[in-house]
Amino acid sequence: MIDPPSLECSGLAYAYPDGHQALFGVDLTVQRGERVALLGPNGAGKTTLVLHLNGILTGGLGRVRVGGLDLGKDTVQEIRRRVGVVFQDPDDQLFMPRVRDDVAFGPANLGLRGPELEARVTRALEQVGMAEHADRPPHHLSFGQRRRVAVATVLAMEPEILVLDEPSSNLDPASRRELADIVLGLDVTVLMVTHDLPYALELCPRAAVLSGGVVVADGPTREILCDDALMTAHRLELPYGFDPARVPAR
Amino acid sequence: MGQGHLHRLHRPGDTVIHRLPPQTKLVALFAFVVLVVLTPREAFWAFGAYALLLTAVVALAEIPSRVVARRALVEVPFVLFAVLLPFVTPGPEVEVLGLSLSTEGLLGAWNILAKATLGVVASIVLAATTEPRSLLLGLERLRLPSMLVQIASFMLRYADVILGEMERMRVARESRGFHARHLGQARVLAQSAGALFIRAYERGERVHLAMLSRGYTGTMPVLDSVGATTREWTTALVLPAAALVVAASAWVVTR
Repeated sequence: MIDPPSLECSGLAYAYPDGHQALFGVDLTVQRGERVALLGPNGAGKTTLVLHLNGILTGGLGRVRVGGLDLGKDTVQEIRRRVGVVFQDPDDQLFMPRVRDDVAFGPANLGLRGPELEARVTRALEQVGMAEHADRPPHHLSFGQRRRVAVATVLAMEPEILVLDEPSSNLDPASRRELADIVLGLDVTVLMVTHDLPYALELCPRAAVLSGGVVVADGPTREILCDDALMTAHRLELPYGFDPARVPAR
Repeated sequence: MGQGHLHRLHRPGDTVIHRLPPQTKLVALFAFVVLVVLTPREAFWAFGAYALLLTAVVALAEIPSRVVARRALVEVPFVLFAVLLPFVTPGPEVEVLGLSLSTEGLLGAWNILAKATLGVVASIVLAATTEPRSLLLGLERLRLPSMLVQIASFMLRYADVILGEMERMRVARESRGFHARHLGQARVLAQSAGALFIRAYERGERVHLAMLSRGYTGTMPVLDSVGATTREWTTALVLPAAALVVAASAWVVTR
């Protein structure tokens, strides 16, 4: 039997209460095990889309399915377990006095306690290489370490799909590479929202471009980055001197 | 990473006092302070006895006395107020070093000074020997409403973040040539405070979103529970028990 896709969005449209419409019918399907980059200029609706994936924003048109389960009023808790969102600012994501408590927060909300919870926390911290910092307060860690712990807080919920919002922002090159190694080592579906096009190319074989609240392109990342007309039309620009056609495949 | 004010108060150590579960220390502190406050101010010797008790606890906790003295400076504004009392209180007066001071005022000043100092020193001991996080666990254990514990816990986590934002705003102001010199510039500072409030509020909203995304339903999962044995309770309550003996004698003597 074929697994259902990790994520299916169809006809997703949404206007904010102030009348500003951010999404105009987004269709996006991510198969299990895929790593997909979601690219788009500022104001394209990327964050709005992310907040739909785990049911924080609802009330517009269209539907979201995660691992074959429809997002609805009674499934929202399970959907939030399945969709692990790592927000951009780790200080927003890490709100407990100790790293260990923060990683335990999600699984504890799912009802885990005792040794089972302990095992989840340890495993998630090991996956991001932060196990030895479990007892430190988050504000004593470096920014790159905090971002990794933020990823662990979500991994501890054993999500169907990991959604990373601008994972490379504010990271120095070494932390950026360390995070890339971690993401590549995970056996999980990834949707990565980013402006960092080389990073998208490095980590995600497939990319979708969101612009003006719709998906305007969806295909192999390298082809998308090499399509000059598409890139210019949607305010996507490669860093100076970066030629996606010449970068070796990972 | 900068260490926030809240974390600097704690002095790591491994003494009897450090090892006591937080809830026992909280109860002991509270009981001690209540007894001190209830002691009649005329029983001067009783306050000496309390001071001796506290000195013993400070020694047990291995807190250097100069640390206690430095931290006790938070008391200074109250002390200044107390010093004024002998000059401004009406009533019978006594002659001290050529100054005529009100007896009532002197007693009032003594009352504030002695009780505040004892309370402050006792709190310093608690803060120095208990990690902020275990204080929260202790409060939770003592059945403080969970909403209040959550608020305190966020305060602990975000104090540094907000101080950091405040500092960056100050640097940004001064980099553009602003120096607070006269009252007319208070407007700029007020605007900064407003901006800081909005930023903190927006951060609160983002944190809430992140919590919802991880299945938050309104109650914080209790992750750790710190139990206390009868023995630990007995140890912690030695201080208030001794204080009770002092207070009771003071009541009997001054009656």
